[in-house]
Amino acid sequence: MGRTLAEKVWDAHVVRRAEGEPDLLYIDLHLVHEVTSPQAFEALRLAGRPVRRPDLTVATEDHNVPTTNTLAPIADPISAAQVEALRKNCAEFGVRLYPMNDPGQGIVHVVGPQLGLSQPGMTIVCGDSHTSTHGAFGALAFGIGTSQVEHVLATQTLPQGRPKTMTVTVEGDLPAGVTAKDLILAIIARIGTGGGAGHVIEYRGAAVRGLSMEGRMTVCNMSIEAGARAGMIAPDDTTFDYLAGRAHAATGPAWDEAVAYWRTLASDDDAGYDREVVIDAASLSPYVTWGTNPGQAAPLSSRIPAPADYTDPAARASVERVLTYMGLTAGTPLSEVAVDTVFIGSCTNGRLSDLRAAAEVLRGRQVADGVRALVVPGSMQVKAAAEAEGLDELFRAAGAQWRSAGCSMCLGMNPDTLSPGERSASTSNRNFEGRQGPGGRTHLVSPAVAAATAVTGRLTAPAQL
Amino acid sequence: MEAFTIHTGRAVPLRRSDVDTDQIIPSEWLKRIERTGFGAGLFSEWRADEGFVLNNPAYDGASILVAGPDFGTGSSREHAVWALQDYGFRAVISPRFADIFRGNALGNGLLPVELPAETVETLQAAAEQDPTIEITVDLVAREVRGAGLVASFELDDFTRWRLLEGLDDVGLTLRNEELITEFEATRAAWLPSVA
Repeated sequence: MGRTLAEKVWDAHVVRRAEGEPDLLYIDLHLVHEVTSPQAFEALRLAGRPVRRPDLTVATEDHNVPTTNTLAPIADPISAAQVEALRKNCAEFGVRLYPMNDPGQGIVHVVGPQLGLSQPGMTIVCGDSHTSTHGAFGALAFGIGTSQVEHVLATQTLPQGRPKTMTVTVEGDLPAGVTAKDLILAIIARIGTGGGAGHVIEYRGAAVRGLSMEGRMTVCNMSIEAGARAGMIAPDDTTFDYLAGRAHAATGPAWDEAVAYWRTLASDDDAGYDREVVIDAASLSPYVTWGTNPGQAAPLSSRIPAPADYTDPAARASVERVLTYMGLTAGTPLSEVAVDTVFIGSCTNGRLSDLRAAAEVLRGRQVADGVRALVVPGSMQVKAAAEAEGLDELFRAAGAQWRSAGCSMCLGMNPDTLSPGERSASTSNRNFEGRQGPGGRTHLVSPAVAAATAVTGRLTAPAQL
Repeated sequence: MEAFTIHTGRAVPLRRSDVDTDQIIPSEWLKRIERTGFGAGLFSEWRADEGFVLNNPAYDGASILVAGPDFGTGSSREHAVWALQDYGFRAVISPRFADIFRGNALGNGLLPVELPAETVETLQAAAEQDPTIEITVDLVAREVRGAGLVASFELDDFTRWRLLEGLDDVGLTLRNEELITEFEATRAAWLPSVA
């Protein structure tokens, strides 16, 4: 029987296989940031171990960094200490670091692809669950905990149990106005937050093929919100065109050799999957979340569900609790939900095409009175590219705030947070309770919906403007 | 890593599903660069509610958390495991765990025990009715005993052995360092490097 994309990449990285034990996998790229690495470096220091492959390890500062006044010292002393710890650790262990204000700095999952470090067929890990982003290139990429960060730093390998395989096939083309974000929200709503547990999801079908690399990254990014170990898309000409000419992509005969190998990675026609899901692209429309997990998403044109819609008593109780936390009433049209904050950014939707999509909606329009709109580029390079197109001026003229690169309000580890009771339309990936600040209420949306929502002050699709 | 063999303790029923790691330890706690002291931040948002189960003194000193399905979803933060351990938990029982959380827990000797939803429900009801009842999590026999039931759970032999012995993965892997070096010699020259 043939093999899947995930199985091919897996098999090509097995350093050691023994009956009854997890495979020992070689890791091609290890991305590091300030939050999940300090205890790992400290453990190396205590054990007197070096970083085995600093040449395969890249660090950036993203979670804690302020997005305003970045030339001043970080005001929060604890954040400052964590960033300083990363700088010391990278200097001591010889790891390449892109610090605040460096033109290469940005969110770790934006930096890897833009440098051309994330390539098909690789194994990529990072102490961050959204490492699944890099699966858009046909890499096997997954988030790990700090003990595993230590393990990879010390050995460049990771013991891993073989995952199950799953396909999500999106047939047909996405209707106009439906984006990669709407697609992944619809997928998670369909299969649930545990729907991908134990599996690597491979996204296939015409609608997936038709996505740009940045759209594919948005889809793979949120695989973890469906509980999947990773998400992957087979590499094709879209992938190769994106990579060609990037700083760390091969050139000349080596590039040709790489592309020839990458073309062998697609799943074989007779490969078998443990689970298969099919979605009709034509059935999709702009999606938003109404609850406190990313599976609680629905078409923007629909109404907030009622606890009585659920037969399972546990689910009913959970929805009651969620509506109370979110301050929502069952049966209200989602398009009537008013927000006071709009956040455009994150590793899900902080790339140039995301900013362009939001800018297109805001062109010639104004952010509604009483709405705070933050636009936070995913990296300094994205920021520079957007500014070269004049997007910063467009956002400012519309009344939005143009910020510096970082994770920002996605998780509120820096000063960009929601206050208790504040409600956001956010292009990020998690609507968990308190995710964007204690007591904050989050609706996950696409960049286009975020921008249209900024204009009206309530959840709005651009087509409704 | 602390070894795990057999643990007997009282249980805390947490009747919520999709308990994400942002709830277990909110992001404001992630700025610390130490591994210790996270217990104070465990479920800190929920603990602000007087009615939250951990605020019930009857459960003080309990060491087994019995939660709803999809426990530990979301962020990869290992701080969630450190917080549960620092608070005093030795095991978490749930019908299903998120993969990254499960891996983090196993790497630290916090035992994630998967049991069928009905069994979890029975344990929760028993601990609610009588907070003093004791539950035994036996990794040697791979079973949970208490509340009038004996339920076996699955864990692969290798992981079980590693936990029983309290072995850390880095040390085990470095026994195969020659194989890693051999593998490295076969890697394609075009693969990216930041050297």
